[in-house]
Amino acid sequence: MNWLLDLTPDEWNAVWLSIKVATVAMIASLPPGILLALLLARGRFWGKTLLNGLVHLPLILPPVVTGYLLLLTFGRRGPAGSFLAEHFGIVFSFRWTGAALACGVMGFPLMVRAIRLSIEAVDRRIEAAAGTLGANPLWVFATITLPLILPGLIAGAILSFAKAMGEFGATITFVSNIPNETQTLPSAIYTFTQVPGGDEGALRLTLISIAISMVALIASEVLARRVGRRMDIE
Amino acid sequence: MTLSVDIRHSLGDFALEARFESAGRLTALFGPSGSGKSTLINLIAGLIRPDKGRIAVNGRVLVDTEARVFVPMHKRRIGMVFQDARLFPHMSVAGNLRYGRWFTPSSERYAKMNAVVDLLGIDHLLDRRPARLSGGEKQRVAIGRALLASPKLLLMDEPLASLDEARKAEILPYIERLRDETKIPVVYVSHSVAEVARLASDVVVLSQGKVAASGPTEAIMQRLDLLPAEERGEGGAVLDTKVLRHDEAFGMTVLASPAGEIRVPKLAMAAGAPVRIRIRARDVMIATGRPEGLSALNILAGTITAVRPGIGPTVEIAIDCNGAIVLARITEQSKHTLRLARGQQVFAVIKTVSFDSATTGAGLPVEADG
Repeated sequence: MNWLLDLTPDEWNAVWLSIKVATVAMIASLPPGILLALLLARGRFWGKTLLNGLVHLPLILPPVVTGYLLLLTFGRRGPAGSFLAEHFGIVFSFRWTGAALACGVMGFPLMVRAIRLSIEAVDRRIEAAAGTLGANPLWVFATITLPLILPGLIAGAILSFAKAMGEFGATITFVSNIPNETQTLPSAIYTFTQVPGGDEGALRLTLISIAISMVALIASEVLARRVGRRMDIE
Repeated sequence: MTLSVDIRHSLGDFALEARFESAGRLTALFGPSGSGKSTLINLIAGLIRPDKGRIAVNGRVLVDTEARVFVPMHKRRIGMVFQDARLFPHMSVAGNLRYGRWFTPSSERYAKMNAVVDLLGIDHLLDRRPARLSGGEKQRVAIGRALLASPKLLLMDEPLASLDEARKAEILPYIERLRDETKIPVVYVSHSVAEVARLASDVVVLSQGKVAASGPTEAIMQRLDLLPAEERGEGGAVLDTKVLRHDEAFGMTVLASPAGEIRVPKLAMAAGAPVRIRIRARDVMIATGRPEGLSALNILAGTITAVRPGIGPTVEIAIDCNGAIVLARITEQSKHTLRLARGQQVFAVIKTVSFDSATTGAGLPVEADG
């Protein structure tokens, strides 16, 4: 046990950084994720297929390509990157925020998919019933739709978190592998495997990685079950 | 309350073209499935937008395509009870009931939680989840939920259609109470003669997307030709009566009607209680002289006011019994043999056992025999 938890400061940092990056990626993806899921589930507009394709792109592209595209757009010289840096002081390149962005983008299709499916499962006639009781569309969404899609929302969030914990290719391409700044668990494990005598460290971090993922999965199960029981849908 | 509708709407091949006004306590939109009644009620609720036309309630215009008025459903203050109750599965019964209150300006809230819960007998259900309710209970909660939004008009879209006979019998008295004890006008969609005859003050008959007739229930129920084929046997006279007394020895209830006393199988109602009965035209026999040695207990004297050709080789004969019109459906042959004609004095004969819970309302114990 001691052997497992006897981490060097750099290794601890990698663990904490991974959790921080994954959490931020998950939380920041939720609002646009819900919006896009709504749009794809219910919207009828020109270019819907195209938008759907774009959302799913990170799932199909090699992560290196996604990382490189992020570098081109959100890098210091990229159009979005320079705009955000100049006007809002938000810098992505070679920062942990960049890692969160890369992880968020990579997990986005999974999150949107889960939420979209749960929105499509909502009985719109129940929403209409709320409308006849005086609730405007915004209230209907807040009091009926949102609670009904909560299980899908949780599933989508956990998927996004899990994907972020494991993201490697896009992150390392976009923000490199800088200890204490952008070196997440997978990058740290990769570094260990590249140096002689790094096996022990790689194994330690691998086990920690497994533990975190398991805890997240179990937590989502418990949460989803509790929400399901509260809802009591037969 | 006056509801005035004049709309045109097409859905694929189906075209609805309806124009009517109603000021009734409970107006039934009546017709076979596919006649456009549900479309019409959805138009009134604002769930769909008509291609063309105007709908107004109490002078307040809800839709007017020419004036480009369309009040969205959440601003209409029109309650709706759906065939499938559509309760919110993530809220308790109490939460469902309170939902509409939220959105009602406090100055316009007239519905009281306690009163509505009592009216519908749902006190014991308040803490439950919708999934744990029976079909009949769900529908009562749905009615309560609509009422507690303090609507100016209540729409009911075949609220009993998905329930079995026992559940229907359970809910009907509550709808009667709702009609009699609250001041909310109701528009009630149904394809059942039994429900319409029992509940409605006015009827709008729809057929293939058009209004075939509209008027007071008593008058419409006599027009057997307006009824859908499978319900035609259910048509007949609708009489408002009062419980006069119970005949315990023979298990009967005696009702006072303008046409005279009418004996029906025993009703579980107090003396003096109003009962609306329906006398199916096919259950009425005609005698030219007062019959003797006959088992039928109800013999009403009257004058023939109309002889109309019926469906198939039958005729419909309207008999004015002291102001109440009783309708009889008999064969051409009987009419010929008895030489029945307008103005003739006759007796309408109705067996007591031809009345059942569908024609006398709730509270009937086990079917009496004999």
